[in-house]
Amino acid sequence: MKINLKVWRQANTQSKGDFKDYTVNEVSEDMSFLEMFDVLNEELVRKGEEPVAFDHDCREGICGMCSMYINGRAHGPEQGTTTCQLHMRHFKDGETVVVEPWRAQAFPVLKDLVVDRSAFDRIIQSGGFISVNTGNAVDANSLPVPKHNAELSFDAAACIGCGACVAACKNASAMLFVSAKVSQLALLPQGQPERYNRVQAMVHQMDLEGFGNCTNTGACEAECPKEISISNIARMNRDFMVAKIAE
Amino acid sequence: MSLDSKIPEGPLAEKWTRYKATIPLVNPANKRHIEVIVVGSGLAGASAAASLAEMGYKVKVFCFQDSPRRAHSIAAQGGINAAKNYSNDGDSVFRLFYDTIKGGDYRSREANVHRLAEVSTAIIDQCVAQGVPFAREYGGLLDNRSFGGVQVSRTFYARGQTGQQLLLGAYSALSRQIGKKQVQMYNRHEMLEVVTIDGKARGIIARDLVSGKLERHFGHAVVLASGGYGNVFFLSTNAMGSNATAAWKAYKKGAFFGNPCFTQIHPTCIPVSGDHQSKLTLMSESLRNDGRIWVPKKQNDPRKGVDIPEDERDYYLERRYPAYGNLVPRDIASRAAKERCDAGYGVGASKMAVYLDFSDAIQRLGKDVIAARYGNLFEMYEKITGENPYERPMRIYPAVHYTMGGLWVDYNLMTTVEGLYATGECNFSDHGANRLGASALMQGLADGYFVLPITIGAFLSKDIRTKAIPTDHPAFAEAEQAVQNQINRLMNVKGTETVDHFHKQLGKVMWEYCGMGRNAEGLKKGQGMVREIREAFWKNVRIPGTADSLNPELEKALRVADYLELGELMIADALNRNESCGGHFREEYQDEGGEALRNDDEYTYVAAWEFKGDNQAPELHKEKLIFENVKLVQRSYK
Repeated sequence: MKINLKVWRQANTQSKGDFKDYTVNEVSEDMSFLEMFDVLNEELVRKGEEPVAFDHDCREGICGMCSMYINGRAHGPEQGTTTCQLHMRHFKDGETVVVEPWRAQAFPVLKDLVVDRSAFDRIIQSGGFISVNTGNAVDANSLPVPKHNAELSFDAAACIGCGACVAACKNASAMLFVSAKVSQLALLPQGQPERYNRVQAMVHQMDLEGFGNCTNTGACEAECPKEISISNIARMNRDFMVAKIAE
Repeated sequence: MSLDSKIPEGPLAEKWTRYKATIPLVNPANKRHIEVIVVGSGLAGASAAASLAEMGYKVKVFCFQDSPRRAHSIAAQGGINAAKNYSNDGDSVFRLFYDTIKGGDYRSREANVHRLAEVSTAIIDQCVAQGVPFAREYGGLLDNRSFGGVQVSRTFYARGQTGQQLLLGAYSALSRQIGKKQVQMYNRHEMLEVVTIDGKARGIIARDLVSGKLERHFGHAVVLASGGYGNVFFLSTNAMGSNATAAWKAYKKGAFFGNPCFTQIHPTCIPVSGDHQSKLTLMSESLRNDGRIWVPKKQNDPRKGVDIPEDERDYYLERRYPAYGNLVPRDIASRAAKERCDAGYGVGASKMAVYLDFSDAIQRLGKDVIAARYGNLFEMYEKITGENPYERPMRIYPAVHYTMGGLWVDYNLMTTVEGLYATGECNFSDHGANRLGASALMQGLADGYFVLPITIGAFLSKDIRTKAIPTDHPAFAEAEQAVQNQINRLMNVKGTETVDHFHKQLGKVMWEYCGMGRNAEGLKKGQGMVREIREAFWKNVRIPGTADSLNPELEKALRVADYLELGELMIADALNRNESCGGHFREEYQDEGGEALRNDDEYTYVAAWEFKGDNQAPELHKEKLIFENVKLVQRSYK
């Protein structure tokens, strides 16, 4: 099949970008969305043009590196799917597809579809961990965790840090990302000693990075490729309130 | 130069404990002044960097991705082994050691593997303490499952995302140290050269992938944790960016390369769907706990899998290997699938696939139980193929997955260049000729948390008087110039073909002649073809854009230039090893039943290759493997 593309091109952070039109012929329905971009880029290189820069790595939906905003939706039209796992069988022959980078003040564009998400790393560095040095651990089974809590903790820990929640939110809020890490650790006995300091430190850093506030539209949950639940945000808000009251 | 593996004296089970107690230490005041460079932020790199920083060293970490959390360890699915014996099924450190040695077809070092088994239990403790949400039983205690090549349940797992959860644990430990300014993190940086001064590794040249600028970084020691080289084959289960450049540059600076031909072809991957294919996706080995592998009994059977009645199906693994059945080691399962497909029993449109069928398990346990165990894998399969594996059997075929070979290291994990270390998949050390499932995560974290941070003291303790060397030292200038020259040369080829064009050609040759089955004639032919592709690459590759900006084509070209050299070394190693062992199956050496025939008299050694200059034959060094605690037998899983 044939796909028409409108792709955001931008030389670097400073320059102004715009949309460029491309057509990719002979797209197979078994191709992933990124493999279609591979085909486009091969053609561009052969023509002597610069290929479209985009982030990608594992191509199996787990590294969180791919980040395309497709037809107005983070990671495209399929629920619970990263761009690399989106296949062309979900598009129609002759369709025009608009592809943009994540758009958020805290995620500046580096080139074309590549953005800088290091703000997420800095939020984790501010407190998204349990302080345990190597060699300090007790026997793993000396810390039983109720299965239900372990499962909830896992659901939150499944976050891949791709930033789709921020891209999908009209406020560019990072609450889903931050709350996923806060919840994962708050649900485990190991996470208790630092529970309230952690949530304060991470929220503080989140605000410093320039992410917007949460207004409960739920766009983050709807677009999250790992379907992280918005109830994590409620859990984080509760812990944050408790921490503030205790202060 | 002779190889000294520096294996400590004493009985096997006491070597590590005794040695640990005698390794020289660096006092805390001195650690503050010692800088260590870590290249790579996967399980081995992140855990080593975090642990070294906790101990007080100044650490710099480099990764090519936009965040250390993206390293490809994240994609490991099934689990991590540890000799906890929580299942009360007779497991022990010795048994894990023995299974790993046997699984590796007796081509790994006893002392290293025993140490791995010893520290395995502490890894689980450490990860749980970090908040890694492993699977649990209703009583709140940890759950285990079984993996290929063993008869106990010692594999800990976190749904089908064990690698992700372990990596995020290591990443959180690393992030904590970055936050404390004990680690300086360099995202979107690629190491392109090792800097050696007076024979010691003293730094690296890295390229900032956003600005294109070359940077010089000093370290008292350099640790490579840069992963394996499976992408030589173009199609593999590795991430697109996984590459061999750091290891290859180290090789060209004097680090020997161990057993480069030992590559693991994983039996259960989603088959290739067409020429556009950019990578292959693994379906976890854990699926073989409940899935049954079969092909039709009739050649070229045109019927759909679900339409073929039970008595017309050949469960060939259960038939050939009744003791282990579907859970035979990876090399054996892969070869058996290839054998059936080559003989005309393959399924699907390409006929290069076999079925992995869950209908029996769903009947026995119910769909819910299967969904709880493998739900995310089934979803992933459906996304990629458009087929529902709850209703029809999965189609699978082997794919390149892991490289057991890598930089040769001694017991301290130091390469033949002093002060240059290699950990995790980047080294050759623990898996011999075949890695067992759930052992890669174990090795990466063992090296990073519990081995390297201690053994590196043997080198650094002698270095406490060495001041940081300024990066205007001529050795840095020279190394940077070498990188600059290579980049200039690539940019100036200005040919007509893309980087991927050459990479795909190389991959096809390697898969055809140095893949699951190899023979002397094919290998020689492949060697010539690799040389031709390399020449064509340097004459005709086209890299648009500039070198002083974000340029993914240039990044790929630099990596492929190295694959084109490494591929030839892999072939040379495969040609040298006139036996079949583990993942290295030389068709000339098999028994009547088609099983691999080792030659212990002549090949019980590690082949360590020394670089002798461009376009010159590398020199082979042999590290004799001595087995004092296990008896070498023909592996049998029957």
